[in-house]
Amino acid sequence: MQARKKYVLLGLCTCCWLLLFYWGGLQERLLSFLTRRQGEVVRPWPDWLDRALLPGYAENAELQDGGGGGEPPRQRRQAWASIYKDSRCRMDTCFDFGRCRARDGFRVYVYPPEKNERVSESYRKILASVAESRYYTSDPREACLFVLGIDTLDRDQLSTQFVQNVDEKIRGYPLWNDGRNHVIFNLYSGTWPNYTEDLGFNVGQAILAKASLNTEHFRPGFDVSIPLFSKDHPQKGGERGWLLRNTVPPRRKYLLMFKGKRYLTGIGSDTRNALHHIHNGKDIVSLTTCKHGKDWEKHKDARCDHDNQEYERFDYQELLHNSTFCLVPRGRRLGSFRFLESLQAACIPVLLSNGWELPFSDVIQWNQAVIEGDERLLLQVPSTVRAVGVDRVLALRQRTQMLWEAYFSSVDKIVLTTLEIIKDRVYAHISRNKFMWNSLPGGLVVLPEYSTHLAHYPFYYLSLGISPGQEFTAVIHATSPLVSQSQPIMKLLQVVSKSKYCSQIIILWNSEKPPPHRSKWPPMPVPLVVTDGRRKTSSRFLPHVSIDTEAVLSLDEDTVLLTSEVNFAFHVWQSFPERIVGYPPRSHFWDPVKKIWGYTSKWTNEFSIVLTGAAFYHRYYHYLFSHYLPPSLRALVDRTSNCEDILMNFLVSSVTHLPPIKVAQRKQYKEMPGPQSTNMAPWATPEHFNQRQDCVNTFASWFGYMPLVHSQLRLDPVLFKDHVSVLRKKYKDLERA
Amino acid sequence: MMCASVKYSSRGPALIPRMKTKHRIYYITLFSVVLLGLIATGMFQFWPHSIESSTEWTLDRRSVHDAPLVKLPVSSPIPERGDLSCRMHTCFDVYRCGYNPKNRIKVYIYPLQRFVDEVGVPISSTGLSREYNDLLSAISDSDFYTDDVTRACLFVPSIDVLNQNSLRIRETAQALAMLPRWDKGMNHLLFNMLPGGPPDYNTALDVPRDRALLAGGGFSTWTYRQGYDVSIPVYSPLSAEVDLPEKQPGPRRFFILSSQTAIHREYRIQLERLKEENGEALLLLDKCSNLSQGVASARKRCYKGQVYDYPQILQESSFCVVLRGARLGQATLSDVLQAGCVPVIMADSYILPFSEVLDWKRASVVIPEEKLPEMYTILKSIPHRQVEEMQRQARWFWDAYFRSMKAIGLTTLQIINDRIYPYAARTYEQWNNPPVVKWSSVNSPLFLPLIPPRSPGFTAVVLTYDRVESLFRVITEISKVPSLAKLLVVWNNQNKSPPEESLWPKVAVPLKVVRTKENKLSNRFFPFDEIETEAVLAIDDDIIMLTSDELQFGYEVWREFPDRLVGYPGRLHLWDHEMGKWKYESEWTNEVSMVLTGAAFYHKYFNHLYTYKMPGDIKNWVDAHMNCEDIAMNFLVANITGKAPIKVTPRKKFKCPECTAIDGLSLDQTHMVERRCDE
Repeated sequence: MQARKKYVLLGLCTCCWLLLFYWGGLQERLLSFLTRRQGEVVRPWPDWLDRALLPGYAENAELQDGGGGGEPPRQRRQAWASIYKDSRCRMDTCFDFGRCRARDGFRVYVYPPEKNERVSESYRKILASVAESRYYTSDPREACLFVLGIDTLDRDQLSTQFVQNVDEKIRGYPLWNDGRNHVIFNLYSGTWPNYTEDLGFNVGQAILAKASLNTEHFRPGFDVSIPLFSKDHPQKGGERGWLLRNTVPPRRKYLLMFKGKRYLTGIGSDTRNALHHIHNGKDIVSLTTCKHGKDWEKHKDARCDHDNQEYERFDYQELLHNSTFCLVPRGRRLGSFRFLESLQAACIPVLLSNGWELPFSDVIQWNQAVIEGDERLLLQVPSTVRAVGVDRVLALRQRTQMLWEAYFSSVDKIVLTTLEIIKDRVYAHISRNKFMWNSLPGGLVVLPEYSTHLAHYPFYYLSLGISPGQEFTAVIHATSPLVSQSQPIMKLLQVVSKSKYCSQIIILWNSEKPPPHRSKWPPMPVPLVVTDGRRKTSSRFLPHVSIDTEAVLSLDEDTVLLTSEVNFAFHVWQSFPERIVGYPPRSHFWDPVKKIWGYTSKWTNEFSIVLTGAAFYHRYYHYLFSHYLPPSLRALVDRTSNCEDILMNFLVSSVTHLPPIKVAQRKQYKEMPGPQSTNMAPWATPEHFNQRQDCVNTFASWFGYMPLVHSQLRLDPVLFKDHVSVLRKKYKDLERA
Repeated sequence: MMCASVKYSSRGPALIPRMKTKHRIYYITLFSVVLLGLIATGMFQFWPHSIESSTEWTLDRRSVHDAPLVKLPVSSPIPERGDLSCRMHTCFDVYRCGYNPKNRIKVYIYPLQRFVDEVGVPISSTGLSREYNDLLSAISDSDFYTDDVTRACLFVPSIDVLNQNSLRIRETAQALAMLPRWDKGMNHLLFNMLPGGPPDYNTALDVPRDRALLAGGGFSTWTYRQGYDVSIPVYSPLSAEVDLPEKQPGPRRFFILSSQTAIHREYRIQLERLKEENGEALLLLDKCSNLSQGVASARKRCYKGQVYDYPQILQESSFCVVLRGARLGQATLSDVLQAGCVPVIMADSYILPFSEVLDWKRASVVIPEEKLPEMYTILKSIPHRQVEEMQRQARWFWDAYFRSMKAIGLTTLQIINDRIYPYAARTYEQWNNPPVVKWSSVNSPLFLPLIPPRSPGFTAVVLTYDRVESLFRVITEISKVPSLAKLLVVWNNQNKSPPEESLWPKVAVPLKVVRTKENKLSNRFFPFDEIETEAVLAIDDDIIMLTSDELQFGYEVWREFPDRLVGYPGRLHLWDHEMGKWKYESEWTNEVSMVLTGAAFYHKYFNHLYTYKMPGDIKNWVDAHMNCEDIAMNFLVANITGKAPIKVTPRKKFKCPECTAIDGLSLDQTHMVERRCDE
């Protein structure tokens, strides 16, 4: 019986255990765990048996019909104009395109300043930038766009710069027209405690160029979001970015930093109050202080004292220089000064500003230059930025610099970018595409009137995967009348036309005498065109329609060259299509005593200019020279018949930030007057030289900085002066003295 | 376990011999019954999942008409109309998406249900359409998909709202609100291609949808919530029916073609006027009136009795007009792109498909409707080469983003994904460059034009094995270079220790010796932490002929071209046609496409690339053959930057401290990775 009891007990136990196993939750969980692990069986969307029988979403006829013709276009346009006003403004409904159809196209008029009204420093800079731009007009009748003379930058009623009664004033303007075609610049709107988007006057149908714009209030395709800039922001030129070199590994001492105010109450305090959570004192430094405003001690909380202490330990500038990422959290308003500061410092901005319409968001691809965080996910920010790889950090950082220098480094650039964005909207079919805006050298120096085709510009060959054309056009600047067949120009024509890359020669006739008859010119294997330069020195850089190659070889009539020199220089230009490639170098220097820029033709170890008496460059620079530079500078060139080459070098270096390229040359160019010229050439006089010195300073002041860059090298053919047989050399003539 | 119990029960009688037979039988039966019961339930319980799922698998091959029927009570709640102020940060719950190392959102699709109202009338006249089904299966096949509703970040209802005309608005809205995770439409995505209905044709779906995201075809700027909604194309089913092979870009028979059938009368008059002015260059097609109404009528177009095949005729024109109808989004756009014809879009206020990421200026011409009479002049002013590029671009947009419901659906998800993980977003180039450009173009990682300052100089990396004497000579010579910041000796000999510290030449700069674990040539390109400057001078231990002046000058040259290799002796690679492979020549020739890294300056970044980014087989080959590491480096740099190296002239009889040489060789072929060294 004992044994039986044992067995029964055992059996019962087994049963219980089995029951537990079968019906218990254990097995359920175990099973599901096992099956999950084995290959993650995911239930997909079913593959229906009658898939082929399913109806189409619409009849073909309905699709091709497109819903029929719709209402009459004119009627619809009228209806739109009455519905979509004010906060729903778009270019179609709130902008008068008719005003921009004038002969000169896009012109901007600035209202004269109000009497007895102070204008803030920043607004003065904005107005000056507009007035100096090539779009400025003093005649309101031909204007397409209007800029108010009243300072509207600071619309915080508590501010000292707040202008009263703007509404009344603008209503008094006969041209106001409910704000149509007006641009209103604004940096600060709203006031304590809510900081709304309200400007305190009726904007009507005017375009807002405003900092800290909210995506909800932003009228897409109509308003322009601009960055918040300080009153010390330079009007012109502007500092370059701080990135001097691409260090590898690109990480700096600190990974992420922030140093700024912590708002204890009110709008924006949520984010700033939380910033201390990510501070770890080691690679992430997030410092906040409670000290701001008059009554901060009233709202003081437990953290304040500790935070304030920690805050003093770190120097903002030091952090800015040594941090890979910089937090740019919203302040009271959405944009903050931090944004431009970190952009310039090549400290990759990490934005925490939900709903901020980023500056110039119409055209700039911000995700290639900043990390867009989410205020709600602040605690994820450290892991996010840690996960950014080496290559991406390098790319982001370089892009901050590119954008800073192209659009933000001066008030002038910010204003011009605003105008260009509006202009691109007005002439939509002659506008820049996103690629032009976002790649070097930036949208401001890419003029879509020249071409909307990327391959027509010198900047994009590599990124399009193409190479520059195999031909060039020679433009010879002729000033002396044609008297004999042994003149230098005849020799030059021979030499240039022998180059197999030469597709045509243009002679720019700038002499007192009328151009000689066709038969006077020697027969040539390439077409020869003679055009009238109207005796203007600047005409040598006019964008002549007859130039149909990308490369231009600019020549003086008395240049002495060899065909192989031309060929080699052309080859070099193909490697550097965005630069000037030429022979005779000159240099500039800073004269610390006179505090001016100096110009020298002495032989030094450096150069920053190559003379355009013999130089290759892209034909686009002709267009830039004639349309981008202000008429005043071109007038100076014409008046003095001088400096056009310096101006061209300024222009190209300001676009590329790089020095020109000097190539090997057999003889010294123009150093000695030729044997046939008896009298002194005009370029050799001291007066001429002083003029050039003045030019350098005039140009530098227009650009707002010195764009010229020094170089120390010269490019030679590979076997130049090597100890190998002359027969093996491609450019043998170069070495025959 | 079960097996054992069975054995035990069968042996039961023998083990209990003294028991009475009656009892025995009783026990045995009891036991067997219990056991059998247990086994049966066990069997039933043990495979419940597989049984259930296998029935589901089989049921997967079922008809849409088998989907469960859901009755909507009349009083069931209706969502609010879409909120125009919704943006990702106000109406989207990011917490659902979470931090995710793959940076991919997870998308859940609701199982199919057939919604009917109380009297049994379905909410949609078509039910699930073929296109929407394709879209959902594409999502389900993609790596966005999850079937786990708790892990999902985005929800896609299986209610088909592609075409508003087939919907009963109120009931559809109620059905949406019935979805188990609806929660005010948060994180829900609706796809709609034909919004609005007669007579006023709204530009967004009229179905009230709370905060749901809308992927809509035909948004206008007033209904499109920028950064929240996604503008999608109107899919053209013709894409699937007709196969139009890609046509080489170039001039076409017609300049402008208008193929739409329902153009407003005013516009047709204006187009006809244009045709009168410009004659044969324009072709204005319309519906065929004399054809018998049939299936084919959608595929035919007529002009004055002449019949043309549609969409084939689109390939015969450079530009194709896409005018707005009552709706802004037109299926014609898709046909036009497929034909590689450049669309001329005239639809004021229209938000172009995927305009958030696609650069339409490179594939289309957008002209305000008012300017229709100027269309011809505007189009004529576009350079030929640009037109060709636009043709190519148009076709590429179709290939990548318009082709199928799958392409449309996945592009939409990718756009939303990019918003949620903006730091991992695809770039402009990835979105917009056609494969041919992607293949040939170069985007240098060091693209910013910088001339780094002279300080802090460069680091010289000397690779050595055991030639100590010559090594010391090299070190002594290099140490005279003014800009030298640090010397790094890579000791590649594992069997021998480097000489004692006291034996090394005395130099003014820090000298570090790194011992390597393996004798590999790649060691010289390792991005050692000791290299603190960005300029690196790689030099062999036997290069003793370079003077400090030459080296200093080389460094100055490198500063002006920090993204290039700047070296001394040049070599050339040539394609040997007879041998069918790359050969290289160390003889003097007229072109350089390579400089040996026996003595060369380059950016430290290339060390990083060489070590971590270069295809492993190249590196292994170099290490195995103890050769060609310099060529691999040259190819790497040329491949990445698209730029030729620069040769600095070594010592010559004449004084020429500023001479450098450049080649004129085109770099197209540097994209070929194949070369003699790698065979």
